[in-house]
Formats: sequence, structure tokens, C-alpha cells
Amino acid sequence: MRDALTLRGNEALLTRANPLAKFSGVLFITVALALSIDWVSASVALAFELLLLPLAGLTLALLWQRGWPLILAAAAGGWSTAILAADHGRTLLDVGVWSISEGSLQLGLGFLLRGLAIALPAVLLMSCTDPTDLADALAQQAKLPHRFVLGTLAAMRLVGVMAEEWQTIGMARRARGVGSHGSPVQRLRATLGQSFGLLVQAVRRASRLAVTMEARGFDGAQRTWAQEATFSRLDAWVVLGGVLIAGAAVAAAVGAGTWNMVFLGQQ
Amino acid sequence: MTFVDAVRPAAVTARGWGWRHAGRPRPAVSGLDLDIGPGERVLLLGPSGAGKSTLLHALAGVLGDSTADAAGSADAEDSDETGSLLIDGAPPRARRGRAGLMQQDPETQVVLSRLGDDVAFGAENLAVPPAEIWRRVAEALDDVGLGRLPLDHPTSALSGGQKQRLALAGILAMRPGLLLLDEPTANLDPAGVLEVRDAVGRCLDKTGATLVVVEHRVAVWKDLVDRIVVLQPGSAGDSAVLLDGPPDQVLEQARDMLIAAGVWVPGHVPATRARNADPRAGGDAAAGQSPAQLLLAAEGLAVSRQRPRRTGLLTGFRTVPPEPVQSGIAAQVRAGQALTITGPNGCGKSTFALTLAGLLAPVAGAVSATTELSAGAGIDPYKWKAQQLIARIGTVFQEPEHQFVTGRVLDELMFGPRHLGRGEERVDELLERLRLRDLVDANPYTLSGGEKRRLSVATVLAAHPQVLVLDEPTFGQDANTWAELASFLSELLDAGTAVVSVTHDAEFSQVLGGAELTLGAPQPGLPGQPGRTTPGVAAP
Repeated sequence: MRDALTLRGNEALLTRANPLAKFSGVLFITVALALSIDWVSASVALAFELLLLPLAGLTLALLWQRGWPLILAAAAGGWSTAILAADHGRTLLDVGVWSISEGSLQLGLGFLLRGLAIALPAVLLMSCTDPTDLADALAQQAKLPHRFVLGTLAAMRLVGVMAEEWQTIGMARRARGVGSHGSPVQRLRATLGQSFGLLVQAVRRASRLAVTMEARGFDGAQRTWAQEATFSRLDAWVVLGGVLIAGAAVAAAVGAGTWNMVFLGQQ
Repeated sequence: MTFVDAVRPAAVTARGWGWRHAGRPRPAVSGLDLDIGPGERVLLLGPSGAGKSTLLHALAGVLGDSTADAAGSADAEDSDETGSLLIDGAPPRARRGRAGLMQQDPETQVVLSRLGDDVAFGAENLAVPPAEIWRRVAEALDDVGLGRLPLDHPTSALSGGQKQRLALAGILAMRPGLLLLDEPTANLDPAGVLEVRDAVGRCLDKTGATLVVVEHRVAVWKDLVDRIVVLQPGSAGDSAVLLDGPPDQVLEQARDMLIAAGVWVPGHVPATRARNADPRAGGDAAAGQSPAQLLLAAEGLAVSRQRPRRTGLLTGFRTVPPEPVQSGIAAQVRAGQALTITGPNGCGKSTFALTLAGLLAPVAGAVSATTELSAGAGIDPYKWKAQQLIARIGTVFQEPEHQFVTGRVLDELMFGPRHLGRGEERVDELLERLRLRDLVDANPYTLSGGEKRRLSVATVLAAHPQVLVLDEPTFGQDANTWAELASFLSELLDAGTAVVSVTHDAEFSQVLGGAELTLGAPQPGLPGQPGRTTPGVAAP
């Protein structure tokens, strides 16, 4: 859990890019894909994104490990669209109220691919971006208030600590006779009690951390940054890459005649 | 702005200084008159409630309202300051960066997740130019003995002693003239204590900075300081400083008072109740021959805190057991006998104890309860229901607060017996024996460290388990609580309870006697070193 928040061992090219550049690259792709529900633009974007995995230090196995909730959500969205969308074209499957036609299948597939193509860059971004670098860029380049950004960053470190504490408190409470066995009501009560225990510890830790930060001069208005956040040539390529993938997806869909602006209704 | 690179030792002056925390009727400190010259090294002693931590926090400029401006004019509305407390003639808040504070809990002394960033944090806040910051970071890490780690080393992978040394590096990078250490080694094992103490000594020799340290283990700091100041709890009219002078002189003058206050005075081991020579003396004649009743045994045990992991779609959702931190452990727990578990940091001592106590599932091997202990509940303690568990094996965690489940000391003690449908006789006995009678209506979270420890032991024993497992029960405890706990456990052992303790405290295991299980250093990727059991306890 705690290692998930750092980039230990990941030396891929994209880890060296500026987080804001990566974010804008992702934004281009997301906006382009949000404009149309069609399977061509989504597949083109998805194909490019899969090619980019090694640049972020990801493998398919790692991708599944980190992104499975998003992938399952995309699959569920696609499936429910396929069975629930208004039918047109030849009917392929009909089970009572559920039916799948050529039209609804195409729409469902579009939904699935589009979900994946939008989710993947987000997983990619998180996998090759260190939270500390993100904070540096947000405070120095996006000019967000440094007290807010650094406070959030320090709190995020505590989240990892508290995840371990949750397990310890669970065991400590079982040793007092508060079990996770029993009826659902008993379990709920046990979980609530455990949450309260965690909350108490979180507040204590947070106030001690606040003292530590204040004692290191955190309340000053002026501050320098040891790690200067800069843009490099790599960042230009990252943004350009995002624009190109978005452009290629739109061009392919328009060329294939499947481009289907969601705001303009079905054509 | 100009940056003075050399450290200028700071001077501290207190004149009739006092502080009352918001919402408290009595001041934490009152009438403090104290002068600490530049470069002096002071150990601050005194009973709990004497306001030692309050003084350090005030000197660090973190007392009261944290949003008050740095000029030190505005304090929290409800708290109350009297007299004056100055660093180099100015209020601490106006001297940002002149003092550096290290606290007790290593986990909250780390701010950022990469080593170099964390050390740089304080210097950045003081607006030191980046090139100068990196020079200071490298130097500070060298000074505290962490210079060989890469700057992007994750701070979560450090041990407690390393985290405290990292905190020291972060403070040193601010070039403070005053080091304030608030029980910096209370949460550390003996090796960690020396690591931190020596790093502090080296840095003081190099920079000449002033030191004020609060710590009740005097022997650790005695040779490093040149003055001991003993504070007493604030009361109007009295001076806050009870004694002040060179270490040997103060320790001689105040020896009895310090011992009574629970301070660990060098050369004094608190008196404890001795174990009966033969734990089974007084029993039937045959008892001397046969070994004591076996209650719990571990065989070929591999342990880990991680749960088994499910693999992904592509690999068919197999269940992968976690990497054990220690494996091949064998141990036996017998009625009326102590078992002490020792070994280096991170070797899985606590993990083993928690597995033995039925709180973690074994990765491999088995923990089995004999019918004597299980009384019909099955052989595997991990599969017992929580209520079956507490009546058989009681576990006392290192942090008492983790185990508090109610808002009142008496309810806390009644919790176990009530759930088991038992009477209250035992609770009454424990209240008396562990001196909790006067605290029955208090909120457990508001107790002192020693009181919390006594309560956490009492709550677990209220369910009358035959096996008691304790994780570092003496960590950070004052000498009085230590002696009380050791005596109480020796009594329990003689009465037939089995006591398993994870501890680095050789004197503590000496009092309990019994066998010692030493676990080897963890070796990831290899089968772990089997535990080594030695009868009797090795001399410290």
C-alpha cells in the first residue's frame, strides 16, 4: 500500500516528464474521446495508449493490478449498454426483456472501448508520476498555494501509515473480544468502532505532524524550492503526443464515417 | 537576504515564565527562572506533569495557536502565558529556524516520502537558496550516518532509529543554534537509542549548538550533557526549578527524589518481586519431574503481516501466499513459564507473537493449542471466535490506545467479562492490584503513559486468559511502571499463567526467567533462519 504511493524502481522515460505536461497530454485525449461514442476513435486511441505502456514502466499485468476496477467498470458499462440500448439492426440475441441487436452491440462496444481508452491514460499518469513531483509542479508552476499543496502531500504520506494502522487496530480489537465474526449488525458495529479508533490515531498523528512541520518553519510566507519544477523538451513531446493521439482518433473516425458527436444526437 | 552558514549557538532566558494550556485549570509550568548559555547541553528531568514538554514546545515556537503570526504577538485565546521566555533576547516565534525540535513518535517526524526532499523541507521553508540546500542536505545526511542512502530512498523503508536520525538531519539542514529533543529515543530499541544518541553527540561536537533534551533514561544522555535541570510540577509561589547543576552532583543530591519519580537513574535497577525458585514448588511431588503443562505450540511456522494476494485475470486468479518475514519457527508455551522473544529490528518478532496469539494467519506451518488451552474451541487459535480467544490467549499491544474500546476506565475493564457473561470479582482485584481504583471514571485516552500501560494489561487479564502475550511492554515506560509491571507478571507466572513477551529489555526478561527465543535477521527470498531457543536468559 505504501509502496504504491512511490515510484520505487520505475525508471521509465515518462517518469522524467513534468506532471503538468503529462496531465495536459492526457486531457487532450480525454476531451477528444468524450466528444463521440464510436468504436473507431476509441480503438485508435486505445491502440496508441497500449503502445505507450512501456514508456510509463507498465506491463499488462501491472496495468491489471492497478487499474482493474476501472477496467471492470468499463466492461460493465459496455455490457449494460449492449443489452439495454434501443435496438436497431438485426437482432442477435433475445432473452425476454434483454435483447442485443447489431446496433446496440456496436454502441456497447463503443462504450467499452471508450471507457478503456479514457481510463488507461489516468492509470498511466498515476503510474509514472511521483506525488512529490506533482506537488512541486502544482505549487511552483500552476501557482497553487504551497501551504495547501504541501499539507496535502504530507497528509497523503500519513494515509499509507494509517492503512497499516488499520490492520493493527483490527487485531488489537480482536484481542479485546471485538470480532469481525457474527451477524452483519455486529460486524457493522465492530467496523464502526475500529473506524473510531483509527480516527483518534489519525487526529493524534496529524497534530504531531503539524507540530513537526511548524517547527521546521512551515508557517513562513517566503519559501524556496530545492527541486525546481521545469519544463524540458521531453514535455513538449508529451503534450504533442497527446495532441497527435487525439487527432489520429478523430481523423480515423471521421474517415471511417463513424464519428458521432454526442452533443448533436444520433446521425 | 543573507545566509549565515556557520551555526551560532543560541542562549535561552526564562524569567518567571509560565504557561497554561487552553481549557486546563492549572498551569503546566509556572515561575520558571532559567538561563542556558550558548553551547550548553542540558538534560531536563522531572516527574510527569512538570511541564518539560511544554517548555520544549514553547522554545520551538509551536505552543498555542499555530496560525498566530510569526511576530509572536498573538497567542491562542484561551491559553495563558506569564513572564518571558526568550531565545537570544527575542520570543521563540520571532526566531524561526533558530531552534529545531525532535519528538517521540518517529512516524510523525518524517514529512515527505523521499529522503532528500524530507531533509530539504526545513531549509526550503527558511527560503535558503536551492544550491545551498543540496549542499546542506548532503552534509546533514553524512553527519547523521545516512549519507550512503540515495536521495530518493523512500522514507517509509527506514527503521525507527533511522527515521529519528533523518529528523535530526532535517533539523541540522536548518542550521539551528538550539536543538530541542523531546524523548527522542523513547520508542526505539536499544540499538536505535545508541544510533540516535551518538548522531546527536557528533553533530553537537561539530556545530557547538545548544542542547536541551527531555528523557527519563538518564544513563543514555548523562555523559553527553554538562548540566541537569530538574523541574517540579507548577504550584504558585514555588520555583519551577528544583535542582540545577553538573550531572553527577544533581544525580547525587536528587537520587532518592528522582527514583521516587520513576526516573531511570544510572546504576539503579528498580526492586521487583522475585520469581519463586521453582515455579512449581508447593505443588504435588511429581510436578518437579514432569515439565509444566503444554498449552500452545508452533511448528515450522512462517509468518507475515501481509495477506495472501489474488493474481489477475491473465494468470487465473491464483492465490499467492505472501513472502514470510521469518520461517521455520518452533516454540512451546507452557503454563507458569515465561518465553521471551528477541532478535534484531524487523526480524518478525511481533509478527510471530501475533501469529502465536491467534491474531494473524500462519503463512506456513501451524500454531496448535492443546486441549488444556482450547477447552473445546478447536486446535487453531486463528479460527477461534474473538470471545473464545480472549478467554484463552490475551494479547497486550505495544500501543495501549489501539486496544481501548470504551470511553471510561471501568467500562474498559468490564468489557471482556461482560461479553463472556462472567462476574466482576477479577475486575475488582485488578483495579486494586494495578492501582486503577482512583481512575475508574476517567477517559482511557486522557491517562498518562504508565497508567495506559497498566490499564491495557488489566483489561486483557480481566478475561482470565491462560496465556498472556505482550509486545514490547516496557517500551518508553518510567522506572516505577516498569517495576510494577515486572513484579505483577512474575506473580502471574507463579500463579500458573504462561507469559510470552517480545522485548529488547534484558533486565525485564531476567525478572520473568524462562526460555528465550532468538529470531535471526530476515532474509527475503530465502527460507528464514530457524529460531533458536535457549533455556534461561542470557546475561545482558
